[in-house]
Amino acid sequence: MLIKRPTSWTLKDNQVTDEKIYQQRRHLLKQMGFIGAGALLASHQASGISLFGDDEPRFKTHVLDYAEAQQQSQILTPETKVTSHNNFYEFGTDKSDPKANAQAFQVDPWQLRVDGLVETPFTLSFDELFKLAPLQERIYRLRCVEAWSMVIPWIGFSLNALLNKARPLSSGKYVAFETLYDPKQMPGQNNPFRGGGIDYPYVEGLRIDEAAHPLSFLAVGLYGKSLPAQNGAPIRLVVPWKYGFKSIKSIVRISVVDKQPPTTWNLLAAQEYGFYANVNPKVDHPRWSQARERRITTGGLFSSNRIDTQLFNGYDEVASLYSGMDLRQHY
Amino acid sequence: MVRGLSRRNIFWLKALIHLLSLGWALLTYYRAGTDQLGGDPVEGILHFTGIGAFNLLLLCLIISPLVRWSRISQFMQVRRLLGLYAFFYALLHLASYILFELQLEWQLLLSEIVKRPYITVGFSAWIILLALTLTSNKAAQRRLGRNWQKLHNWVYLAAGLIALHYIWSVKSDITQPLVYIGVLLLLLSFRKDKLLKLWR
Repeated sequence: MLIKRPTSWTLKDNQVTDEKIYQQRRHLLKQMGFIGAGALLASHQASGISLFGDDEPRFKTHVLDYAEAQQQSQILTPETKVTSHNNFYEFGTDKSDPKANAQAFQVDPWQLRVDGLVETPFTLSFDELFKLAPLQERIYRLRCVEAWSMVIPWIGFSLNALLNKARPLSSGKYVAFETLYDPKQMPGQNNPFRGGGIDYPYVEGLRIDEAAHPLSFLAVGLYGKSLPAQNGAPIRLVVPWKYGFKSIKSIVRISVVDKQPPTTWNLLAAQEYGFYANVNPKVDHPRWSQARERRITTGGLFSSNRIDTQLFNGYDEVASLYSGMDLRQHY
Repeated sequence: MVRGLSRRNIFWLKALIHLLSLGWALLTYYRAGTDQLGGDPVEGILHFTGIGAFNLLLLCLIISPLVRWSRISQFMQVRRLLGLYAFFYALLHLASYILFELQLEWQLLLSEIVKRPYITVGFSAWIILLALTLTSNKAAQRRLGRNWQKLHNWVYLAAGLIALHYIWSVKSDITQPLVYIGVLLLLLSFRKDKLLKLWR
């Protein structure tokens, strides 16, 4: 079935009314003692964000201005699923935890430091993240190492645009990424029972030619708006030919380095997760097969669709990066 | 006054077990079928039925220590029902795996059972529970005589295999499997002497 994708000119209910007036109105209604109406409004809001009531914080996203992607034949994963089925262990290990626990996450002010072996190190503030390069939409497949996948309309810019601004030195061979470390905001980081046994902060890395490939993307939004907290706000990496765990979230530092940087899942279980982590149906995870994947779209149990997994997640244009390499050995 | 449960108490206890086990399963399958069970309803169902089977088996193993501790022997009368529901959930678990995860690729099922240790282990536990279920009625008990108890002691092995299946299946967050293993070890420790005798 087709999913209707909201375009920049379709208005949603809450966009028709100015948000401030909208909030005042509900406040007024409640003050006037329309208990029934108030309860209705409260439950209306609660349905959008699980169990939060009216007074609970709710993560704010804003509408972005961007160049739309070409229409394509792939069925998009619905926004509600993209934003409610997340692996972001900093906010808990259940798929529904990040959405439930990240609503109060503070992303403004933010600092993204770009440094290391570069000619011009710099730091980006929250506002600057959205202005570094013209924003464009890219519809990418995301293949999780757990053998499920989504199709997501990201908004952002090429990682290469950021690297070009920093001008890597010729001695720079790899790019290292780091997620925010803030145990006060991220319950998984201060409690080993909630964070999946990971040594935080979460770190990731790419070879510099992988990072410079035009497909490597820094996302600041999805589905027309800035990123929800649970999807890695305010800025995250998206490397569509690698398993999802490479696409590090809520980045505070990008460094050009000369040696292969440590990566979180590799540190945790080296025999199960390699540095490259390229999607490859022929190289199984030691405990489960990677030959097929379950594509998450609309519909319940009875419309689940399992499809063949493609080498490099179907992005053949990256194959030349790995010519001559044994992908079994460098998994 | 003698402590104990009346027939009426037992009736209601059994009714409650039926209601919770069946109702919970029906509700969860309904939610999965109508896409209200999180982003990935298949994962949701597999998790629910797997954990459900383990919960019911642990409840089953609580009964005999409970009888000893409370001195209310009538609790024994609900043990078979709990065991049957444990198998019912395990059946739903395997059936959902074959139907929704593997989508009826039988060859893949065979190769997964052989190739993936955590599936081998889970499937072995399933076979044991199947054998216990098929021999759970009075007639089988009479026919098997002394061998019946021997066969049904395999439940301890099944519980251990299920725990292993669980901890092997998770990616890195082993907190919950460890809690389950702790509960299982506690329940087994009440039967230390019996298990040591079986070992010899």
